[in-house]
Amino acid sequence: MLQFIKKIDFRQNIVYVGVVVIFALFAIMLGGKGFTSTVNILNILRQSSIIVIMAMAMTFVIGSAEIDLSVGSIAGLASVSTAMAIARFGLVPGILAGLAVGAICGIVNGALVAFAKIPSFLVTLAMMGVTVGVAQWITDSSPQPILDKGYNFVFGGGQIGVFPIIIIWAMVFFAFGVTLLNRTRLGKYTLAVGANPVAAKYSGINVKRVRFGVMFGSAMCAAVAGMLYAGRLQSGRYQWGSGDEMNVIAAVILGGTALSGGRGSAVGAMAGAVLMAMINNGLILAGLTSAQQQVVRGIIIVLAVALAKRNNRS
Amino acid sequence: MVNSTQPVLVSMSHIRKSFSGITVLDDVSFEVKSGEVHALAGGNGAGKSTLMKILQGVYSLDSGQVTICGTTFNGSVSIAEARQAGVGMVFQEFSLVPTMSIAQNIFMGSEKLQGVFLDKQAMNRATVQLLNRLDVDLHPDTEVGELSTGYWQLTEIAKALHANARVLILDEPTASLSATETQTLFDLIRNLKSQGIGIIYISHRMDEIRQIADRITILRNGRNYLTSDLDSISDEEIIAGIVGHQTDNLSKRESRVCLNDEVLLKLDHLHTENGVENVSLEVHRGEVVGLAGLMGSGRTEVTRAIFGVDRVTSGSMTLSGKTYSPKRPQEAIANNISLVPEDRREQGLFTGHSVCDNLVITRYDECERAGLLSNKSIETLVDNLVKGFSIKVDDTKTEAYRLSGGNQQKIVIAKWLGKDPDLFIMDEPTAGIDIGTKREVLDQVAKLAEQGKGVLFISSELSEMVAVCDRYVVMKHGRTVGELPAEGINNEADLQLAIQHSGTLNK
Repeated sequence: MLQFIKKIDFRQNIVYVGVVVIFALFAIMLGGKGFTSTVNILNILRQSSIIVIMAMAMTFVIGSAEIDLSVGSIAGLASVSTAMAIARFGLVPGILAGLAVGAICGIVNGALVAFAKIPSFLVTLAMMGVTVGVAQWITDSSPQPILDKGYNFVFGGGQIGVFPIIIIWAMVFFAFGVTLLNRTRLGKYTLAVGANPVAAKYSGINVKRVRFGVMFGSAMCAAVAGMLYAGRLQSGRYQWGSGDEMNVIAAVILGGTALSGGRGSAVGAMAGAVLMAMINNGLILAGLTSAQQQVVRGIIIVLAVALAKRNNRS
Repeated sequence: MVNSTQPVLVSMSHIRKSFSGITVLDDVSFEVKSGEVHALAGGNGAGKSTLMKILQGVYSLDSGQVTICGTTFNGSVSIAEARQAGVGMVFQEFSLVPTMSIAQNIFMGSEKLQGVFLDKQAMNRATVQLLNRLDVDLHPDTEVGELSTGYWQLTEIAKALHANARVLILDEPTASLSATETQTLFDLIRNLKSQGIGIIYISHRMDEIRQIADRITILRNGRNYLTSDLDSISDEEIIAGIVGHQTDNLSKRESRVCLNDEVLLKLDHLHTENGVENVSLEVHRGEVVGLAGLMGSGRTEVTRAIFGVDRVTSGSMTLSGKTYSPKRPQEAIANNISLVPEDRREQGLFTGHSVCDNLVITRYDECERAGLLSNKSIETLVDNLVKGFSIKVDDTKTEAYRLSGGNQQKIVIAKWLGKDPDLFIMDEPTAGIDIGTKREVLDQVAKLAEQGKGVLFISSELSEMVAVCDRYVVMKHGRTVGELPAEGINNEADLQLAIQHSGTLNK
């Protein structure tokens, strides 16, 4: 047992320690305010669901030493596209419109990063601006209501008993992400490209295809996230998802994925997303204002990342 | 010749050091005199780097005493103290900023100022003085990135001298230098010697130690094995000291007249976008072809073309009689070609990834069960490779950077061996590894040929070429200029002569 405990690298697994410690802390301090109630715990999971979905793809992006700043804005554009297409053409065209937004943004991001070799930071920064602009433009900045009850139920608004459907979405993406990263060639190749693209090339890995793939996957997951926002909030709005890119990146880094690439954990990213949702939830229950929450959240994230930072080699 | 009355610059006595219970240095003593080149040799893991890191102040010591230029440290030396006392390190992996000028690099961290502004003139003047002292004619404003590796090293040395180093540690300084650059470096070392600088020279290359060193200290298993003047020690004794009990020299492989006349690879008047200008050669099954030539003659570029890294601009390649024009390494691999690349750390390894990940990277397709990777079959595959190639590692989850150079190189070779390639290209497969491991690698090359594979072999150490090659193709300036059978090439001198005299000397 002692041997086992010694073997655990606490620095690398700081996020799990964080989840346990902060849960225990809030449970003691806020138990009376219902922090530990089933409803509240489901609430935390529900709030982290959309971030989990995007964080799965972002683990691959950051693991391959790229970054995607456009996920939040792509989600926004997907939400309005879906909402508008449902209103005009019906349910199926609506879903296809949302997915098409992801596909188009993903192909553009992927092609510019993988083939034109423009740094992903710049490509996705530009994409972030373009997608927000387009979403605002086509909606004239106004919300687009979705009246299709079926859509709203399936895409994140519905509940089975007390269990929110959106958590099922997150669980499916989570299972998919973990399997893809740990049990498939694609996952291994992604981390290899992130660790050393030259050695990856000499080992017979198609580096361009991997880079294209991770950028495409990230945009698709962002589009699905946008469609879930639309369903949960029964409307498409360009603001949906705005700022999410930072939460997604924070969740992934908290989870132990190296910002410089080469090391990644999908389970960690999920834990990171849950940890942040838990902190948000706890701070609200504690009665902090949203301004205070932002400050405290920022401090906690920096602390966690600082603790997780590994010593320099040798 | 070192006068015995020369002052001692560095004296390390009775040094002990252990890492988590494992003794790495056990009562080791070492000294360097002013104006002396002192070679430090020993197999991988003998303790050379640890000893040097203690001298530089990177590691603390458990017990012992270090004296640097008259200052005695009872206990550990800090990095700043070591530098202050006069220890200069020329890094194996260069520590220069390529986008800055020579002067900026030399003065990094100790910039000359005029008020709050940089005094560029003064720094340039001082740099010119330093470079003059080294007999080099370079402009101080030249960007380091534009210089060849030989000059990088020189800039490093200048930087160390600028910090008033009186003892320089050179760790495998010729690993990335051509023959001419090596001679320039040796001239420079002689020049520094005459200025009273003491030099610690770490190298695996016997001929260089012979050429440049005055004394040699050999460490074995963390202990002093011997210290001797080079004049009074034979090559055999040195090799015995480094290798341990295996004392036989690299012996020449029984040369094989190609029993199997099947041409595996044929290059016909090949030109590429990157430095190959008219190369024609053949590799038959069952033979080891040595691609000979000086550093920069285009040897590596030929391997890049065959492996699909560089584009072919004219000429053709055929593989087993079929036209072969790879666009990327995957296509070369699909055609059963493997390459052990020149730069192990940059091209061959994922240093931050585990030994296991590194070994299996080329073979994930064999470990899939129903579309998913099976950890069990990965484990089996890796265990077989680790055992089959005696890679020394306790746990295959250890990151590759923690391993010694020799074991790292074994990984790079082992990751391809299991793919059972028809053509194995090896570019400097023995760079920076000890003699024991070297022999294992060369045995492996011979075995591949016996199995009917074709091997294209490149090494800057001619003795290795002589040991394994059945035939030589000589290159110069990106062209093939001659071909020789192994008969008649019995030692390094023969091969060196052949390389020098093949083709026209247009220099």
